[in-house]
Amino acid sequence: MTLLTMEFLVASGIGLTTAAAVYLLLRGRSYAVVLGLSLLGYAVNVFIFAMGRLWVNAAPILEGKAEVADPLPQALVLTAIVIGFATTGFVVELALRSRQENGTDHVDGGEPKA
Amino acid sequence: MTSSALPLIPLLPLLLGSLLCFWLGHANTPQRRALTAAAAGAVALTVLALLAAQAPAVLAGQTLLSQTPWVPGIGLNANFRLDALALMFAALISGIGLLVIVYAAWYLHADDPAGKFFGTLMLFMAAMLGIVLADNLLLLLVFWELTSISSFLLIGYWNGRQESRDGARMALAITGGGGLVMLAGFVLLGNIGGSYEISELLLRGELIKAHPLYPVALGLVLVGCFTKSAQFPFHFWLPHAMAAPTPVSAYLHSATMVKAGLFLLLRLYPVLGGTALFEGVVGTVGLVTMVFGAFVAVFRHDLKGLLAYSTISQLGLIAFLIGLGSPLAKVAAVFHILNHAAFKAALFMGAGIVDHETGTRDLRKLGGLFAALPVVGTLMLLAAAAMAGLPPFNGFISKEMMLHEAVYATTLWGGHWAVPLLATLGGLFSAAYSLRLVHDCFFNGPANTTKAGLPNPHPHEPPWGMKAPLLLLVAVCVAVGLAPALLAGDFVARVSADVLGAPPPDFKLALWHGLNLPLALSAVAVLGGLGFYALLMRGRRLHAYRQQAWGGQPAFEAVQTAVFGAAAALTRATENGSLQRYVAWMLGSALLVGAWAFAGGPLPGGGDRPPLPATPLAIGVWLLLLALLAGVLRFQHQRFVATVMVGGVGLVTSMTFLGFSAPDLALTQLSVDVVSTVLLLMGLALLPATSPKESPGWRKGRDAALALAVGAGMAWLAWLVMTRYHDAISWYFLETALPKGGGSNVVNVILVDYRGYDTFGEITVLGIAGVGVLALLDGLRAKRPGLDPAGLPWSYAAPPLMLRVAARLLLPMALVVSIYIFWRGHNLPGGGFIAGLVTGIALVLQYMAVGQSQAEALLHGQAGRRYTRWVGTGLGIAALTGIGAMLLNQPFLTSAFGHPVVPVLGELALASAAVFDLGVYITVVGATLLMLSVLGAASKGSKA
Repeated sequence: MTLLTMEFLVASGIGLTTAAAVYLLLRGRSYAVVLGLSLLGYAVNVFIFAMGRLWVNAAPILEGKAEVADPLPQALVLTAIVIGFATTGFVVELALRSRQENGTDHVDGGEPKA
Repeated sequence: MTSSALPLIPLLPLLLGSLLCFWLGHANTPQRRALTAAAAGAVALTVLALLAAQAPAVLAGQTLLSQTPWVPGIGLNANFRLDALALMFAALISGIGLLVIVYAAWYLHADDPAGKFFGTLMLFMAAMLGIVLADNLLLLLVFWELTSISSFLLIGYWNGRQESRDGARMALAITGGGGLVMLAGFVLLGNIGGSYEISELLLRGELIKAHPLYPVALGLVLVGCFTKSAQFPFHFWLPHAMAAPTPVSAYLHSATMVKAGLFLLLRLYPVLGGTALFEGVVGTVGLVTMVFGAFVAVFRHDLKGLLAYSTISQLGLIAFLIGLGSPLAKVAAVFHILNHAAFKAALFMGAGIVDHETGTRDLRKLGGLFAALPVVGTLMLLAAAAMAGLPPFNGFISKEMMLHEAVYATTLWGGHWAVPLLATLGGLFSAAYSLRLVHDCFFNGPANTTKAGLPNPHPHEPPWGMKAPLLLLVAVCVAVGLAPALLAGDFVARVSADVLGAPPPDFKLALWHGLNLPLALSAVAVLGGLGFYALLMRGRRLHAYRQQAWGGQPAFEAVQTAVFGAAAALTRATENGSLQRYVAWMLGSALLVGAWAFAGGPLPGGGDRPPLPATPLAIGVWLLLLALLAGVLRFQHQRFVATVMVGGVGLVTSMTFLGFSAPDLALTQLSVDVVSTVLLLMGLALLPATSPKESPGWRKGRDAALALAVGAGMAWLAWLVMTRYHDAISWYFLETALPKGGGSNVVNVILVDYRGYDTFGEITVLGIAGVGVLALLDGLRAKRPGLDPAGLPWSYAAPPLMLRVAARLLLPMALVVSIYIFWRGHNLPGGGFIAGLVTGIALVLQYMAVGQSQAEALLHGQAGRRYTRWVGTGLGIAALTGIGAMLLNQPFLTSAFGHPVVPVLGELALASAAVFDLGVYITVVGATLLMLSVLGAASKGSKA
């Protein structure tokens, strides 16, 4: 058995995307946070999807296949993707409004004191 | 015996009474005010009539029950019980309530909101009736806390005044807090006794009293009773509650609510009472409260403050009697509850009239009012005589009984002589404050009808609507004093039997019991009180006395200051306004909680599910992901580059879905990626194109460490799960999707059928996000930078011709494609979500090709506002599908399907879920366009 399994690739992909997302979330400018949230959304969606385990050539379409993938996490993630889009939209426009109100795009609502 | 009328008694004022009063009193006209008061009075009268209808059976010795399960799983049942004890209290609550309503109808000023007053009063009446009728401890507690809340609202009735707000908050903190302590006691009692039903517990008193946890349960319940009944050292909230309108003080804070604690002591006497511990605690607290309250009352300059402390003292007297071991003490307690309610409500109403007529309640300024208010003065004089314990009034008889019990008490403090001494002292101070009340108010001053020193210098007799309730109560005091055995004897005996759980020994209520020690002590108390008051008042020395806070109040204030201070310090320490810091805290805590689950045990390793070998394509995609992530981090300050790379990560995600048998997800992710990249770019146009490099090195290091830890945790968890076999409810979905759901695309069947309710919730969230965006940006015109980062002016090119032509051609094709995707969704990858996104993309393309204004005109978008209708239509269709199932007596969103054969088209698979999916489709299109067009409208602003 080798280390290079699909499971390893997916798990490490989730982990690395999460790490990049968290790093961006911790930045001080609103746009970086927006990007971080987008990335985190990808990672979390794949994570939930992976709770149904990995299946190849087993789409949950009933047409007499011997085995099919777990459809439930897929259904949950499908709505999560769309809601994730709505959240991204909301956060982008929140960032705009915040800049308009505060005159800065720093997440704390004011330019940091030097 | 069961009686179905019992629940009506509290429910009538709770639902009908309070709502009717709030509704009627909404408009502040004289007619509406009168109507509101009349409605409240009618409800109180109906309750009295209901009680009267049950009274014959109860007085014949029956206990009426009514049982309805409410939350049986936790032992909470809406069970009611009417015996003589409950009947006495319920009659007091509705009877005095009726008088107070009549009085208040004249008392309230024209600008005091009547609906709020009478509505809350009805709420209180319901809560109080609920307490006395409840046959379930948990139900009782619900009503108990409801009295605390309605009392809070009534004390704070004039919420513009600082003292009202402070008094209301203090009362809520003390009585509400006491109720919570009592809840703990009730739970203990329920565990010990095996039931929360009072009827059950009453039979298990011996078992409970023998249990090792009995002292704890007793202590907790007593805290609840003492806080509610203002016993020392929890008494101090009651004087502050006098900020309430006077009818409220008369009703809640003398006649009824403060007696709830005493009621509970009586109600649970067979369960908790009669032990040495009970007698020691309740008897001692009562005795101390009686003497302390009476002493302080003498020194209060505020008319209502004096009455408040006298109430504390009288409540202490009753608690003292309940504590005493002898059965006759319980008879005296029951009798004094009735007497006190009568004379104290009368005195409060009189105090309200004085306040109303003169504009002040300060005894130092009042005096000599008898000339102006002869009728009120006479009535208050009589009521005060009853309170002082003078013959031939009712108060005399119950006080004689109290002194008798004190003299012959053998077990409290081992029968020490200090008990009768303190009891006599309490009587002495009572006589003194009663005397002061009348003397300082009506006589101690020039006897003319004009009072120059008062806010209102021309006091005169109030209308009979205010005096009649007073007259009635005083008449009761006199009549019961003259013919106690006839009017009250049997009833008191009946109630006492319910308290004791057995008939009381023979007793006779009478004014004259012969010359004996209690009579002598009574004479000492009255004469001593007279002398004490004369001594204090010589040269008006009493008026120069400066009042101070006593007892628990300094402690309460110290605790309050400390808690507020600690909260402020904690807020300052943790909440410095930096979002970055909060996010770090949140992630750190999540990490800690996640790690906690694995603490202590060996770390789990990989499972036995055979792994899938990695294909070269997968490794390539993985490397691409690594490169993209590195790029995002490297170029994060150049926002356009970073955005494109984030979009690339989205593509990798969608390839992942595709590779692992999730075509629906791949399609969704792909289309979402397109719209969200457009959205990000539009937003970016209005934000700075670059980020400054400002994070110091230590912060970057800390953030990187946190990020790696969180990422490693996620990766590890995902790996642990993926290498194990699992069992899921999904197999059920797979088996039944075709025969029961009528579709072979299981993901879609789950979305629109099995988990349709979830999906309904999710498209609602989508709609809310869209409307939220509109609320955020509606009317906002962002200032665009006039120059690009390189310092060159932006130019706005017309959309290229090719794009315009292509977009126009593409639109109908895209619509056809989305219809196709929608239609096949139940059986093949597709469905409402994906079709909605495809349509959204096609329409967004029009925006890009022909420009915001033209596209808006084409779609009647009105800067996005019109798309809320689309969202609403979609949600409406989805909801109607669900309701349609309900009309056919099926649960919400139950799906039906059939395979009708249609000419030309052949056999069609039709499911009602497809209509639901149509709702999803329209909502998704509406929300997508809403967000993009609002953003587009915002960016049409002037150039900076």
